[in-house]
Amino acid sequence: MDQIVSPGPASAETTHQHVTFEDGLALECGARLERMTVAYRTYGMLNAARTNAVLVCHALTGDQYVAERHPVTGKDGWWDVLVGPGKPLDTDRFFVIGANVLGGCMGSTGPRSVRPNGEVWGTEFPPITIRDMVRAQKRLIEHLGIARLFAVIGGSMGGMQVLQWAADYPENVFAALPIATASYHSAQNIAFNEVGRQAIFADPDWQGGQYWRTGAIPARGLGVARMCAHITYLSEQALTRKFGRRLQAAPKDAGEVMALFGGMFEVESYLQHQGSTFVRRFDANSYLTITRAMDYFDLGADHGGDLASAFRGTRTRFLLVSFSSDWLFPTPESRAVARALNRAGANVSFVEIGSDKGHDAFLLDEPDFHRTIAGFLSGCAAHAKL
Amino acid sequence: MSPEDAGVRFVAKNMRLDLRLIGEMVAPGARVLDIGCGDGGLIEHLFTTKGCDARGIEIDMALVTRALALGLPVMHGDADTDLAHYPDGGFDYVILSRTLQAVERPREVLRQMLRIGTRAIVSFPNFGHWLVRGQLLAKGRMPMTATWDRMWFETPNIHPCTIRDFFDLCAAEGYAVEQWLAADEAGGRAPWRRFPRLANLFGEQALFLLRREFVGRAGPTGFDSGGRRD
Repeated sequence: MDQIVSPGPASAETTHQHVTFEDGLALECGARLERMTVAYRTYGMLNAARTNAVLVCHALTGDQYVAERHPVTGKDGWWDVLVGPGKPLDTDRFFVIGANVLGGCMGSTGPRSVRPNGEVWGTEFPPITIRDMVRAQKRLIEHLGIARLFAVIGGSMGGMQVLQWAADYPENVFAALPIATASYHSAQNIAFNEVGRQAIFADPDWQGGQYWRTGAIPARGLGVARMCAHITYLSEQALTRKFGRRLQAAPKDAGEVMALFGGMFEVESYLQHQGSTFVRRFDANSYLTITRAMDYFDLGADHGGDLASAFRGTRTRFLLVSFSSDWLFPTPESRAVARALNRAGANVSFVEIGSDKGHDAFLLDEPDFHRTIAGFLSGCAAHAKL
Repeated sequence: MSPEDAGVRFVAKNMRLDLRLIGEMVAPGARVLDIGCGDGGLIEHLFTTKGCDARGIEIDMALVTRALALGLPVMHGDADTDLAHYPDGGFDYVILSRTLQAVERPREVLRQMLRIGTRAIVSFPNFGHWLVRGQLLAKGRMPMTATWDRMWFETPNIHPCTIRDFFDLCAAEGYAVEQWLAADEAGGRAPWRRFPRLANLFGEQALFLLRREFVGRAGPTGFDSGGRRD
């Protein structure tokens, strides 16, 4: 863990494209945000009829920089493989919108924002739900003058937002693509989130959530949270293929005692790198807020325990995709959503893509997945007469 | 189910027969569910030529991916287990093309089809064809023909039946046979379709249009009771 340094969140100094709603937002928990800022990016052109907009919902640690170089990390957009000119989500054809979720730390209102009294929210930031995130996105879409989204797409927590969009605003969503997701966060997933949160709490630098006062960040705690979560994004096969049991450095001679701790195996060094790069771009209190939002999510429970009733009478066209080696959001959870949609009489497509890359597969170059997305969108475009 | 199992369950189809003959039976603009839809050829045909709201279920994941890549609404699923999740009367037609003989519980699948659809269209290869009978009689081995072309130990066709067997099942379950016909492998209508016993001998494929309630005799064919008597 020694590699994890604390350079401070650089994104705080970066100005992100955004819109501020002075009338704020009433949250599901009963609290009200007096002002609400939504940071967003767009790609492609909105057509004259304003019918070609696609909202991309990001996952837990994603953001609005879907398909361009990230201003903070300098890395490519997190869905560059899928979104762009001539790509499955073709920006020559569609107007693609990415928005930082409410509670996030890339420009939208969240725990790192300054509240009306001039203080930073920190852990005082009200609990956010997936529905709150979606209602914030709805405000952005209205601000952009879009009455109906051609499609809403997202993986993992982004998929939860897609389901929420389709349930809450069926008339505003022509096509919904929940990828590698579920209608509720499972006990196992809540458990992993809790390990991450406890790691943050246990870091003395967290300082009860008021770490900004000293300029420190709980880098070790947040780094461990990321390492733990990152394991759940991969599969055993993927880890074996990438690292196996390979050692970082072989002992120089037989007499040298191998280090008991530290980066002995390659996989350890990989995870530590994941942890240390993550803390440079992500706010610990945001991590707490957003993981909680995922844990709260249970769309079926919100509809009297019957997921189908969330979608009854919907005219939205659905595509559900799962990945065979994803054990964080396994195929049966997507299939359960597909079956609920069947019960609701919805037009639903569903496929499991064969991949050994685990949950992360939805972010990676998976040709079958990309063909599926491209085909489904063009089929929907034909039905929408787009 | 493992991918290997799914592969074995896949039933090769003669799309020409399905497109033409089944297409003729479906009313324009109807809501259609095609079970075992393959890569969705019939769904596309019904959408483009008849403006149907057609969807599909397919067990073979590679075919599902292919259908989706073509922009067709198809869901990975199994006729034996997934039909229970559809609401009553959600479709005007539920189609099961050359798949009935490959499902685990054909009678239950038919019941589900006529629960979720007003009408069911079922096609299956006829095990009563003279070549099948002849081979079994002459050689004493499982028949191998153009239609029945897989060895007994690897065929997905675990529930073969004859045209007369199927009439009996419809009668027992109380389904009205609105239309039926026998065809050769290429989908040509057999001239003997008015004579069920001949159809059962010379038809390679059978195609039935069923309706949920049994309202009187299946008049147009004049087959019903006569077929069951002997």
